Amino acid sequence: MSLLVARSVTKTFAGITALADVSLDVDEREIVGLIGPNGAGKTTFFNCLLGIVKLDAGTVIFEGRDLARVPTYRRARLGIGRTFQRIELFSGMTPREHFLVAERVRNGRGALWKDILFLGRPSADENARANAMLELLDIASVADRPVESLSLGVGRLVEIGRALMTGPKLVLLDEPSSGLDRQETEGLAVKLRAVQKEQGIAILLVEHDVDFVRSLVERVFVLDFGTLIASGPTSEVFADDAVRRAYLGDLV
Amino acid sequence: MQQLISNILSGMSYGSVYALLAVGLVLTYKTSGIFNLAYGAQAFVAGAVYFDLRVRHGLPIPLAFVVAVFIISPLLGLVLERALFRHLRTASPVARLVTTLALLVAIPQILKLWFGQNPQYGTQGIVPGGDHAYNPFGTVFVSRDDLATIGITIVAVVLLTFLFRYTALGLRMRAVVESPRMTELAGIDADRVSMSAWMLCSVLAGLAGVLLAPLFAAVSEFNYTTLVVVAMSAAVLAGLTSIPVAFAGGLMLGVMGEVVDAYLPTNSVIASNLRPALPFLVLFLVLIFSPSLRNRRELADPLAGVDPPPPPPAASVRSRFLTNGTRGLGVLAGVVVGYYVFFHAASNWRDVAILAAILATIFLSITVITGMAGEICLCIATFAAIGACTTAQLATRFGVSVLLAMVVGAALAALVGALLALPALRLGGIFLSLATLAFALFFENVMVKFDWVGGGALPEPTPRPTFGSVNFDTTSNKSFLVLCLVVLVIVSVVVIAIREGTTGRVLAALGANEPAAASIGISATRARITVFALSAAIAAIGGSLLAMYEGAVNYNPDFVSFQSLFWVVLVVSIGSRTVEGAIQAAIGFAAFQIVVLNEVVPWINNHVQPWYHMGPPPQTLAIILLSLGAFTYAKHPEGVLEYQKRKSLDAAQRGIDWFKRGKDAGHPTSELAGTAPEPLRPASAPGSS
Repeated sequence: MSLLVARSVTKTFAGITALADVSLDVDEREIVGLIGPNGAGKTTFFNCLLGIVKLDAGTVIFEGRDLARVPTYRRARLGIGRTFQRIELFSGMTPREHFLVAERVRNGRGALWKDILFLGRPSADENARANAMLELLDIASVADRPVESLSLGVGRLVEIGRALMTGPKLVLLDEPSSGLDRQETEGLAVKLRAVQKEQGIAILLVEHDVDFVRSLVERVFVLDFGTLIASGPTSEVFADDAVRRAYLGDLV
Repeated sequence: MQQLISNILSGMSYGSVYALLAVGLVLTYKTSGIFNLAYGAQAFVAGAVYFDLRVRHGLPIPLAFVVAVFIISPLLGLVLERALFRHLRTASPVARLVTTLALLVAIPQILKLWFGQNPQYGTQGIVPGGDHAYNPFGTVFVSRDDLATIGITIVAVVLLTFLFRYTALGLRMRAVVESPRMTELAGIDADRVSMSAWMLCSVLAGLAGVLLAPLFAAVSEFNYTTLVVVAMSAAVLAGLTSIPVAFAGGLMLGVMGEVVDAYLPTNSVIASNLRPALPFLVLFLVLIFSPSLRNRRELADPLAGVDPPPPPPAASVRSRFLTNGTRGLGVLAGVVVGYYVFFHAASNWRDVAILAAILATIFLSITVITGMAGEICLCIATFAAIGACTTAQLATRFGVSVLLAMVVGAALAALVGALLALPALRLGGIFLSLATLAFALFFENVMVKFDWVGGGALPEPTPRPTFGSVNFDTTSNKSFLVLCLVVLVIVSVVVIAIREGTTGRVLAALGANEPAAASIGISATRARITVFALSAAIAAIGGSLLAMYEGAVNYNPDFVSFQSLFWVVLVVSIGSRTVEGAIQAAIGFAAFQIVVLNEVVPWINNHVQPWYHMGPPPQTLAIILLSLGAFTYAKHPEGVLEYQKRKSLDAAQRGIDWFKRGKDAGHPTSELAGTAPEPLRPASAPGSS
């Protein structure tokens, strides 16, 4: 059974059709790519999946459950993690604190009386989980610096780690390579693959860095002007003429 | 029918003034990003100057009018813009709000030093014989003042339209209104445009201030500041963006107010209480139901990201040695002062200590809501009043144990806080603050007057509690001081536990980045309700103590809405993020009352007055000085206390390093140097590490 199914998602803004009848599915433990040129509707589609933008038509089903009436933060609790295209971190907090907040939200230690009773200190278990995530992403050396002092590449990893700490089944990555140089992008791909293997999660990757997508993704969907123009195994799709024209530029 | 027309016409004259103020508010907001809460205070200045010149000194009307509206008012706008608001362009929305709050508190108090503390009667309008009424249609009366107000407003609006449509300055203002950054890119000095806009807005405020005076028959600060609430409703109705809507809204609210007022039954308690509360109800309803405000956040400066991050709290970076040293010193100072106050000092110092402990408890609610959640709540005093009234009512009328009544009061306030947070949930920043202000004013004008809330004509008496064999009665203020300190310690521990715990972390995350917080499953709704309820409960406990201490619920002056504003300004400028910030704000305020009023003022009287006569120093001296302190907020959003702490920490660290270096030269990495904060620098990329 597919983990996430989007069926005939349609969205128009003031007469402009941003998404027309877009369908997509992600299986468990699978890395799926969603590519397309700028303005193709990738981010809008993303926002539709997360409930930030309301759909005009279509359904989004996660683990067999229709998400139409589920608010954004609840989707996160159901197991959909995400990162942002323009990096969004909690300013003033350290990476470790980012992970601890996410951990707390996940394990539901949010009640006020628990804070008052236990003085709210992180437990040994919580610290261990945060440390494990810091190790996994290889950012333990900067764990206690405020995020403002970190480079963009590390910031991306903190975002990914924060999403992973909520124990998601699916992580949506919104252009994780944007703003990174070639070397950083390759490092990110290596880490993502390691994380995916270890945590057994599914990833929906929105990208326009073709090499990055190729190195990670088994299956890919291509959007152009709000319509799905191709989908299938990565190698086949990148060989498709329409895709090359719309997106890669006709290099042949 | 004639009655209705008459009401509409007199409503038009109110409405004209509201419209002027609303247009000014929108114009200021759009050109400088500042919602000027102190706009009514600016109008008050012009009204007072006009009154002084015209009535007290008998100047001719045109001269007094020109001086008040076209000289003093733009000058005030100029000074405010140059001295304060120009520097707030890139400041946080909270910093802007706090600065205008401080002005709202300080301007009337400063003005009253010169104008006199009491409302002045015998106002005159801008036309001779203003109260002469015309009677053109038989039974419809219109006074000359009404006609003048409507006429002047029409002229002002025509001139404004002309300015915007046909002059270069108007064009620039329209451009700045659209996008200040774009305007600057096009080579226009946005600062200059903003300055002109401030002066223009200030003239509008002045015009409104002068026109308003005859409508109220008295020049009093209260009239101006509450009137602006209506103008705020009109401005909010216009989404703070549309000048025509703001104008129409002001006019409409004025007419509506008069008409509704005329048709409300006059004989019921509810009606007589509702009447003065209409402006606040309208503001509250407009805030909640205006669709343009849904989920609207204030525009932050897109370039704010290039600002350096705020420094971490001093306590989190200092070495263990310094932390322990500071704590030791703090405990020592507390013990010495406590010992002195208990056994040696005059009894009025014990009063200072009690007042400080109670105020600190109330201020901790500001630590929770502003320091932790980043929201400015303008009804802290109202929450305190709810606690005080509940305690008094339960204890006096139902014989409930006073301490139990205090707990019930806190629970009730928490409920009210949560209920208030519910409709205000979709509002952010300034709009949430306005909703809390509207609630405070509503409570003040309606609820308190009910017998079962405020106790009717006399303040509701409140007994001191008894606990087992201990009786905290008035003869033993010592035991009551202990009670207050115990409560303060408990509340402080709770606040610290919450700040360090999940709730604090979640609030910090929400405050730092709401979309990111939602992405990991944090519900802003739940967090905000929690924080409002908690803050209200803490304030209510403090309010109950205050009522017990004074023996009655003295709503005025203890819990009036003005107190909320002043308290917020005070705590925020001292430091709203830490518990000691709240405590020191309270100590400072309580001690100020005694030290300045009992020591400094007599000294001035004896040594300065013979040389320079300046009249008796006002009781509001503390308010003026302390609220002016808030202007430091934009520069030091962490608060004066935290700023000084960081500075002294740096100095101490330098001293220790120097000492260490001297002692073991040749060991560059001493133990302390290792724990000292590292300078922040960009981390290396993960690939290279």
